[in-house]
Amino acid sequence: MALATPTRAGGEVRRRRRRDDTRLALAFILPASIGLAMFYFWPLLRGIYLSFTSWDLLSPVEFIGLDNYRDMIADPVFWNAVRVTVLYVVINIGVQTVVALVLAVLMQRLSQSTLLRGLVLTPFLVSNVVAALVFLWILDFQLGIGNQALEWIGLDRIGFFTTEAWAIPTIALVNVWRHMGYTALLIFAGLQTIPPTMYEAGRLDGASETRMFFGITVPLLRPILGLVLIVSVIGSFQVFDTVAVTTGGGPVDASRVLQLYIYDKAFGQFDFGYASALSVALLIILMVVTFLQYRITRAGQTDLN
Amino acid sequence: MNIRTHSRRRGLASRVAKTSAALAAVALVAAGCSGTAEGDGRTAIDYWLWDANQLPAYQRCADAFEEQNPDLQIRISQYGWDDYWSKLTAGFVAGAGPDVFTDHLTRYPEYAQRGLLVDLSTLDATADIDAGGFQEGLADLWVGQDGGQYGMPKDFDTVALFYDRNVIEEAGLVPEDLESLDWNPEDGGSFEELLAHLSVDENGIRGDEEGFDPDNVAVYGYASNGSGGTDGQTAWSWLAASTGWEFTNADVWGTEYHYDDPRLQASLAWLFGLVDKGYMAPFEEVGTAPNPQQALGSGRAALSVNGSWMLGTYANLEGVDLGIASLPSGPIGHPVSMYNGLADSVSAQSPDPEEAARWVAFLGSDDCQNLVGEAGVVLPARPAGTEAAIEAFADRGLDVSPFTDLVDNGYTVYFPVTDAYGSISALGAPIMDEIYIGNRDVATLTEMNEEVNAILSGG
Repeated sequence: MALATPTRAGGEVRRRRRRDDTRLALAFILPASIGLAMFYFWPLLRGIYLSFTSWDLLSPVEFIGLDNYRDMIADPVFWNAVRVTVLYVVINIGVQTVVALVLAVLMQRLSQSTLLRGLVLTPFLVSNVVAALVFLWILDFQLGIGNQALEWIGLDRIGFFTTEAWAIPTIALVNVWRHMGYTALLIFAGLQTIPPTMYEAGRLDGASETRMFFGITVPLLRPILGLVLIVSVIGSFQVFDTVAVTTGGGPVDASRVLQLYIYDKAFGQFDFGYASALSVALLIILMVVTFLQYRITRAGQTDLN
Repeated sequence: MNIRTHSRRRGLASRVAKTSAALAAVALVAAGCSGTAEGDGRTAIDYWLWDANQLPAYQRCADAFEEQNPDLQIRISQYGWDDYWSKLTAGFVAGAGPDVFTDHLTRYPEYAQRGLLVDLSTLDATADIDAGGFQEGLADLWVGQDGGQYGMPKDFDTVALFYDRNVIEEAGLVPEDLESLDWNPEDGGSFEELLAHLSVDENGIRGDEEGFDPDNVAVYGYASNGSGGTDGQTAWSWLAASTGWEFTNADVWGTEYHYDDPRLQASLAWLFGLVDKGYMAPFEEVGTAPNPQQALGSGRAALSVNGSWMLGTYANLEGVDLGIASLPSGPIGHPVSMYNGLADSVSAQSPDPEEAARWVAFLGSDDCQNLVGEAGVVLPARPAGTEAAIEAFADRGLDVSPFTDLVDNGYTVYFPVTDAYGSISALGAPIMDEIYIGNRDVATLTEMNEEVNAILSGG
């Protein structure tokens, strides 16, 4: 990039900088734009196009209009996938946000230790697949130390990944464990923007920590919390790897989330047209959910000024 | 590299056409895996297989082949079963797959139908495959609906009973008691009596004794193979087939499945009924990734039915004095096993199909199959190779005749070779799981069968 921009003598640059930044800016934007167009916009357009076709990869693409969408609306596995995915998101985001918020407040109000802040983030440094595999072993019905521990304290063993009722909550909590530190860090950054004078004022008025949390922290954190929610909900809807590694969608269809169903249809059954239609459905769901969240949390405005 | 394991990304648009995006990524990855010209002027042939246990034997084949064919270089890649098929599909899409690959009966029909495989009879080196040079029927399994030969048989497998001699003796039995067992779907015959006797609850009471607690079992008589999906290769195909049931209306390329047959449904009801009796672990314990060899090795289960390709794994179980017995004979008077065979196929996208065919011809020759047989991991498709394997196993104290007798006597049923297996399997596997869990009645398979046949007829 540096090579693409003309270099001039120092004094001249300083004088002219204000007038002509466009080319430099474009040069900086260009590489990212190419990536964005090639790996985001082009696949997006192609995916939408494919959703109106019947295509098995290797035979010619056949345009079939809205047939895929009609099939989808009549497909019980699709609706089950939507239900399962939403259940996952509710558990995952619900627990994760509360835990992360508590962690962030504790980090801000109780301890200034960088080591502690680093430790909270460590699960996020573990890859999803590794985390899933580790929990798969820990929670194994027969050999897992988790189930051994349950037995020691006198409880029955639980088929965490092998019973229909437990599969989605287990997967959701595994991902809470992995993502809570990261989310807590985002919220923590938001907490730093709240002026300490607010808390001083609160303390002068004799407010308790709890009162200050609900009276100062939560309202002033709202825009940040809104953004964190939007970002993490989008990520949560896209759950795939943890499910693929631990249950593969089972038992029966209990954890067959949308992404897994899309993957199955495309790569397992060569039905790329239908899989694309499912992907478009996910896109629409995400757009609606994000729009609603944005409006409800008023993430674009702050109460700080 | 592994397309099963996307990490979560946060970009909205990336999710939109996930399929296409994944394809693009895979295309880039796969592009690094192929190529034909090497620096030394040799033509490189990419060869893929999934079984790590067989890799050393095939590496020896490749070495021998390269010695005889100095102009060719064989590059072998091995991927685990699940990744293998994902990578292969992606490789085909990207036009960057292997030249030659190990193929499976459930997969090749869909590849052949889409023109992804070369008919071996059109290539010089493999033009005159002698079907009679392989074990009975193996070559025919790889003849497509259009009459093309889409695979060169490499090995075959059947299933049998594995057990630990120590466990049998503790139960007051001798290995001979496991010979000439019989089974039927009504009362389970002497096979069920044996399973009952080998099951032990937490209090040390055996399954055929008064007071046995089926909810607190320490040792299950039978190691679960899971629900078996739509083929039940090791799980239930041998039970159902020994009632005279067949998967489809033809040996290969059937047009109708028979999941509606009462004989199949009775067999499944018997098998999954073992859970309530306390002779087999519930679904909760096994999940969708059953590990019967571990159950046998850890003493959690006493008998394990499994395929001949698992011989090496079972033989290596620590502390197990491995015995192998024939499957119980069913209502038709003899045992029946699924008879499956792998083959090597040439990709239609290979830039050097004639050179690839030379490698395939060598893989199907006595030279290579004897090398594979001597390694003692699988049963090669050519009789000489099979003999070499039988000897190699015998050297390790394993009598593999329970596997080979089935083939010699013709007591076999083919793996269902039909079109649309991917869709049929996706439909049926969750249903079979549900039956195993106990939330669905076997009679509902009749409805499933209608859907399966509709898929098959393109409906």
